[in-house]
Amino acid sequence: MKLAVQVNEGPYQHQASDSAYHFTKAALEKGHEVFRVFFYHDGVLNGTRLTTPPQDDRNIVNRWVELAEKYDLDLVLCVAAAQRRGLVDEGEAQRNGKDATNIAPKFRISGLGQLIEAAIQSDRLVVFGD
Amino acid sequence: MSDVKKFMYLNRRAPYGTIYAWESLEVILIGAAFDQEVSLMCMDDGVYQLVKGSDTSQSDMKNFMPTYRTLGDYGVRHMYVDKASLEARGLTQDDLIEVAWEDFETEEEVDNIVEIVDADQVAKLMAESEVVFS
Repeated sequence: MKLAVQVNEGPYQHQASDSAYHFTKAALEKGHEVFRVFFYHDGVLNGTRLTTPPQDDRNIVNRWVELAEKYDLDLVLCVAAAQRRGLVDEGEAQRNGKDATNIAPKFRISGLGQLIEAAIQSDRLVVFGD
Repeated sequence: MSDVKKFMYLNRRAPYGTIYAWESLEVILIGAAFDQEVSLMCMDDGVYQLVKGSDTSQSDMKNFMPTYRTLGDYGVRHMYVDKASLEARGLTQDDLIEVAWEDFETEEEVDNIVEIVDADQVAKLMAESEVVFS
């Protein structure tokens, strides 16, 4: 089955990203295709490489990165949600005159059309959040 | 992309207090470009998103409520309101905005696409939807 995943909540504060990660990983291990993981609302905070959890805790951001590296996952942060919350890649830094970037590797920033497209192209859209 | 799917936007949050309602509205506006078969379902505190007469002038928040009135122009064909959620909050259809819809090709017109539905209809409409955004 071809799946699209949406994550609506930030890491650590809420279980949504954990559940989405475990679901996505399990689906990929079972041989399903994950067309895209789209991060919206505070979910975009899953995409900052500056996250530094205590050493004895899971690293939610790195976990997504490693999964993306293994399966060539498309991890997309919504641009409007990202701009509000200070998630910045090279392009956004240049466009908006920011002095730094913080996006984690394997993540990219793009528009809401990527969510709609994923929903159209996939057999199921699975949303994680309240 | 030629395929047309039945989309339902499921809004369950109050318009203010959190950003969910505003950012969910942005999805509907962007999604219009994809020409899908679109309905909106408001339930729980989401019914407040369609209550008329809101005034945010004292709260330093942008009043995005007028945008809901334009959703007919953004490809939304039905705006459903869960009856139980509405009644639990002491609201009636008179408290809600009216949203007109017009098909510019067939010139078919509907005066108001805001419709109150009961729990059985909510379940049926959800089951019929191919994609539920929440």
